[in-house]
Amino acid sequence: MKTLAMDAAGKLISSSYELDLYRPNIEDYLPSGSSINEPHGELRLRDLLDISPTLTEAAGAIVDDSFTRCFKSIPPEFWNWNIYLFPLWCFGVLVRYLILFPARVLILTIGWIIFLSSFIPVHLLLKGHDTLRRKLERLLVELICCFFVASWTGVVNYHGPRPSIRPKQVYVANHTSMIDFIVLQQMTAFAVIMQKHPGWVGLLQSTILESVGCIWFNRTEAKDREIVARKLRDRVQGADNNPLLIFPEGTCVNNHYTVMFKKGAFELGCMVCPIAIKYNKIFADAFWNSRKQSFTMHLLQLMTSWAVVCDVWYLEPQTLKPGETAIEFAERLYASALII
Amino acid sequence: MVYEAGAPFSCSSRHSMIDIVLFSLLGESMGSASSMLTQYDIEEVQEYCDHLFSQQEIVSLYERFCQLDRNAKGFISADEFLSVPEFAMNPLSQWLLKMVDGLNFKDFVAFLSTFSAKASAQHKIELIFKMYDSDCNGKVSFNDIMKVLRDLSGPFMSDDQREQVLIRVLKEAGYTKESYLTVDDFFKVFGNSNIKMEVEVPVD
Repeated sequence: MKTLAMDAAGKLISSSYELDLYRPNIEDYLPSGSSINEPHGELRLRDLLDISPTLTEAAGAIVDDSFTRCFKSIPPEFWNWNIYLFPLWCFGVLVRYLILFPARVLILTIGWIIFLSSFIPVHLLLKGHDTLRRKLERLLVELICCFFVASWTGVVNYHGPRPSIRPKQVYVANHTSMIDFIVLQQMTAFAVIMQKHPGWVGLLQSTILESVGCIWFNRTEAKDREIVARKLRDRVQGADNNPLLIFPEGTCVNNHYTVMFKKGAFELGCMVCPIAIKYNKIFADAFWNSRKQSFTMHLLQLMTSWAVVCDVWYLEPQTLKPGETAIEFAERLYASALII
Repeated sequence: MVYEAGAPFSCSSRHSMIDIVLFSLLGESMGSASSMLTQYDIEEVQEYCDHLFSQQEIVSLYERFCQLDRNAKGFISADEFLSVPEFAMNPLSQWLLKMVDGLNFKDFVAFLSTFSAKASAQHKIELIFKMYDSDCNGKVSFNDIMKVLRDLSGPFMSDDQREQVLIRVLKEAGYTKESYLTVDDFFKVFGNSNIKMEVEVPVD
């Protein structure tokens, strides 16, 4: 996976954007003392008016920039424009849409019925018995995620030790689509920090995910960041809460590149356990280009593909080494994720 | 990307033909612009930019145009340009935006053709002139140059310092604070020196 760089403020740095060394620097030719009229050095009108390096960089950014490249869906090559493969592919389409899709919708519906009929009573009746209720809700959320994964015929290989419930630990993972969360949730119930979404996803978020202990933020609120940071800190200290999962890239990236991690997750002063998720593209392209598709469309597309195959690696937990800044810590973890 | 002759040039994301048909039957939109660029279109655009780009470069530029133009409006708006971080950070971004905001694809290519390796130095100097001449009256005044310099050198210098340097440099070249520079003056000032203003269009 390739990389870009983000500085402390979370802004992208283009490495080619430096002061041009061959162009005389205008600041060097400031008049010193009272000798304003003496010609200094080589600065001529031509050099002053020559804005071509800056213009070139701007035009270069218009033509191609590395940040947008991370969000481009990589289109597949057309492999079925062929007299033999095309009928086979058509048959495959029929199977996918007419057999697999209805079966999956059925599985999903059954799953939801079971889930809701268990969740609502548990939520309402066990109001007094908090630990029991939380345990049951956790199990139920894991169950519905299993159903979700089954509805896309998800084949997930987990490598590494499973997450445990301990205080002062934070999980970080790369982000390709909303389903990352579901894939991980199937194995262990996590509390996630997520952007509040509109529509039915938002409804899900406020009812069910609330019970797992998720934290919401709103990107458009400026003050929101401090409130969320405080909530995060409190959450991490608590022993009984579900382990916290953070997606440091902040957004869905196309699984070919990773965008450099934002450093927020690494400043909490606890152990960071990285998780790497890699999808196998042969069966389905799991990248959710949220600028182009709504989540419903994305789900439908997944449900009409053959399968979602992915590998999840639980990597070794790391802590901040003495003398290391949050950014260096992030870079180190990022490098270990790159090896996958 | 390998396309056989006659295959549609599409800048849509991963959707096969049947999926497109089926989903449109279901009444839901795909949300992406799967517009096609025919050979005729490419040649027309190539003519318009005086053959400064090859046909493959025009196809790449079209994909880039579609990528930036998110709602398939046919032009790229200012905030879509500013969503490219490397562009937004450039000190001359506001000046460039005045020239590229709302351009359709043909004009977009014509604008970028100044940055082609095959473009003449004269073409490039004319663009630099247009950048300075923000009120488009064919003359660049002392204040016009100051405005651009202010954006370029930013907080590193005070206005007085900039003025002093500019007055001195103008004097050296034979102009005063009150002179107006025309495009011919620009040609004279830049003379025969090589202007290095080239951008490579990635062609995969």
